[in-house]
Amino acid sequence: MNDVPVAAPRPLVELTIDGQTVRVSEGSTILDACRQEGINTPTLCWAENLTPVNVCRVCVVEVENSRVLVPSCARQAEDGMVVSTDSERVRTSRRMVYELLASSVELDRASAEVKDWMVHYGADPSRMGDKAEIATVAQPPKVQDDLYVRDYERCILCYKCVEACGEDAQHTFAIATAGRGFGAHISTEFDVSLPDSACVYCGNCIGVCPTGALVFKTEHDMREEGTWDEEAQHVSTTVCTFCGVGCNLELHVQDERIVKVTSPADHSVTHGHLCIKGRFGWRHAQPDG
Amino acid sequence: MPDLRFGDAEPTAAEREAVDAVVGDLGPVVVAEGERLVYAGHSRTRERRHLLLPALHAVQRASGWISPGGLDYACRQLEVPPAEAWGVATFYHLFTHEPPEAADTVHVCDDVACRPLGAVGLIDDLRAAGHHAKASPCLGQCERGPAVLVQRTGDADLTVAPGGVDEVAVAISSRDSTPSTPAPQAGSPDLALLARVGVVDPESLDDYRAHGGYTALGAALAMGPDRVIEEVTTAGLSGRGGAAFPTGLKWRGVADQQGRPRHLVCNADESEPGTFKDRVVMESDPFSLVEAMTIAGTAIGAEQGWLYIRGEYPVATARLRNAIDAARAAGLLGDDVAGSGRRFDIDLRSGAGAYICGEETALFNSIEGFRGEPRNKPPFPTTHGLFGEPTAINNVETLVNVLPIVLGGGAAYAATGTERSPGTRLFCLSGRVASPGVYEHEFGITLRGVLEAAGGVVGADEPHAVLLGGAAGFFVRSEQLDLPLTLEDTRAAGVSLGSGVVMVFGEEDDMVDTVRRVAEFFRDESCGQCVPCRVGTIRQEEVLARLRDDASLDDERDLLDDLAAVMRDASICGLGQTAAGAVRSALDLGLLEGSR
Repeated sequence: MNDVPVAAPRPLVELTIDGQTVRVSEGSTILDACRQEGINTPTLCWAENLTPVNVCRVCVVEVENSRVLVPSCARQAEDGMVVSTDSERVRTSRRMVYELLASSVELDRASAEVKDWMVHYGADPSRMGDKAEIATVAQPPKVQDDLYVRDYERCILCYKCVEACGEDAQHTFAIATAGRGFGAHISTEFDVSLPDSACVYCGNCIGVCPTGALVFKTEHDMREEGTWDEEAQHVSTTVCTFCGVGCNLELHVQDERIVKVTSPADHSVTHGHLCIKGRFGWRHAQPDG
Repeated sequence: MPDLRFGDAEPTAAEREAVDAVVGDLGPVVVAEGERLVYAGHSRTRERRHLLLPALHAVQRASGWISPGGLDYACRQLEVPPAEAWGVATFYHLFTHEPPEAADTVHVCDDVACRPLGAVGLIDDLRAAGHHAKASPCLGQCERGPAVLVQRTGDADLTVAPGGVDEVAVAISSRDSTPSTPAPQAGSPDLALLARVGVVDPESLDDYRAHGGYTALGAALAMGPDRVIEEVTTAGLSGRGGAAFPTGLKWRGVADQQGRPRHLVCNADESEPGTFKDRVVMESDPFSLVEAMTIAGTAIGAEQGWLYIRGEYPVATARLRNAIDAARAAGLLGDDVAGSGRRFDIDLRSGAGAYICGEETALFNSIEGFRGEPRNKPPFPTTHGLFGEPTAINNVETLVNVLPIVLGGGAAYAATGTERSPGTRLFCLSGRVASPGVYEHEFGITLRGVLEAAGGVVGADEPHAVLLGGAAGFFVRSEQLDLPLTLEDTRAAGVSLGSGVVMVFGEEDDMVDTVRRVAEFFRDESCGQCVPCRVGTIRQEEVLARLRDDASLDDERDLLDDLAAVMRDASICGLGQTAAGAVRSALDLGLLEGSR
């Protein structure tokens, strides 16, 4: 928006993607190159406002002379690279990632995009076995305060919340990945409750969660009551009034009540992140105060 | 003041003392007024974050678990966020996260080599005798199983092998591990790597010197770094950890990173099921590794060496610590290595029970005080390794090969073995062979030759199956007995030498259970970072459990194929990429059908 380019333009590298010649500036990832060419690529753990962790592996592509597939979100484009985004190996791996996730995690509140990709690749999680007999992350939601709900049976372990809480945004380090293997999970130290942890309730973890594992308490309660209706919601963009930074707020409103607050990930001030006041300090604006 | 939030649990006096001993005199982090210590794990705190794993070991040793007070105290001293430290503590098998049930935890290996030796029954017997016994993945004592590791509170851990109820009781009361077993070939004049094993006193620098020790370091310092790297390149030495990368090329790459601090890391996190060769070298000839690391470090221009050894090797760890201290006292490590004016020292770090930390980038993260999760490559360690700095990382066996190369010259070394696989190789013989143990053979010996040298198969002319290369390797059957064991021949045959494992199974062994245990191993050891491995390994284990129960192989074959494909192609690191290899080979060889 207000960004002024100050660096010299970067040299271009030329690569081939699905038979087309593509030129991107040096330092771009394969994913950047795909998007520039309009090649749609699924992602789960990638976000424009976070450092790529390349753990979900759903964006993998085949690169000539590479023994294994490479994550397009993290791998830089190189001169002469020959990339396939729709080979048999790529399709199999992407389908399997969705099948593995959907067989172990509740994905019903993931974005429509996730569901579309699962249809696109023909993912059939039921092949893994009866959900009652195979390992899943099913567990009751953690409701420990009036602001957040952590519903980890919906967690795909994309690390986004850890990054947003830590080095990529908030630098609070209240949560981290704990445990190992299939038992790996997001946790505070000794699993203490959020009010007893370092959490400052900025809500940036909620802002980046792609599957509805981290939600506003308002959203959780409305879903429990059966009143949550995204079709009936509209979004008003405004500027936070609490201080002079000028963060953009997107107020999600249903039935004349604010039910959720976000900020655009491409906003030059917030990069999608807010503080507790912008995220939760709106009760006074509700009809019933 | 730093803006991290700590808890309010108090450490015990023992925990405080143990952590203080690790942190030393670093004192509190000093942050100037106007600064915020926001970049935890890096910048100002980086200089001490690498002490987190030693501090967690100290707390575990002092209290028998990672207590809230102990963890919090370690976090305050090291400026680590408690949630991150908890993430690190819960990553490792050897850290206990709840108040301990007993002062001693008795870990019993129930992995593929120890299962047929009664390991599962031993766990029950130990519990009946009142011990707090737990099943463990491979403990690296496969030639003398069932293996036991007694993890003690306030005292040194003990290895008991073979383990039994009486043996464990004796070890605990005497505070002594089972003595090291000599290698079957000990004293044979044909040995290069094992020449001193079982011959030299592993605790005496003088005896090591009397057996030719430290002549190679003198020669290497006289040759200079470039010549040493040239000789290693001419020798054609390749990595013995499994990937067989040319060592000379790796060293050259690091040495060329002039002007940046460089590191030498010895990967002694030998945890591949069936592998114990590095342990035998480290227990019986520890000075050779210290000398080889010094040669490697001075050759690549590193001032700091790191020896990362798996936490399940108490005897090797004690002997290496003694060897490092003795070498330092004799001026062979430190600011002026053997009067050469070069600085090189070695820091020994213990793992805490995580196979994945043998993966090179996971090992770096583990040393740095983070979870042992592998990094995406590129960039590679030669330019971005430990602390993001140029690093040469080599396996123990690879490093000790440098001694004969420096002494005899690269050309003479290249003339041994085969043209494309020069030198000798250590093989870990276990299972149904007459004389299990570590053997040194020239590359090119056949599998049949290896079995014959170990006295042949017990109770049969030929093995029912052989697990070659470890859990990350492949099963082979008697049709492959004449396969020459070289890098090129095994690759052409679609198998791998891996870490030199030759584990022999007979008709009487339950192969479905063995293959299921291999799958369990990978599920248990997956770091959990990427989806293909985290979920793929547990789905693979579930399929094999269903096959054991009575599911039809035909119904499950497509799923096994797809699981193998996604793990091989889309996992971040070698663990996931190889997690289906042995299972697939068992399937292809009909081992799963034959046993039912």
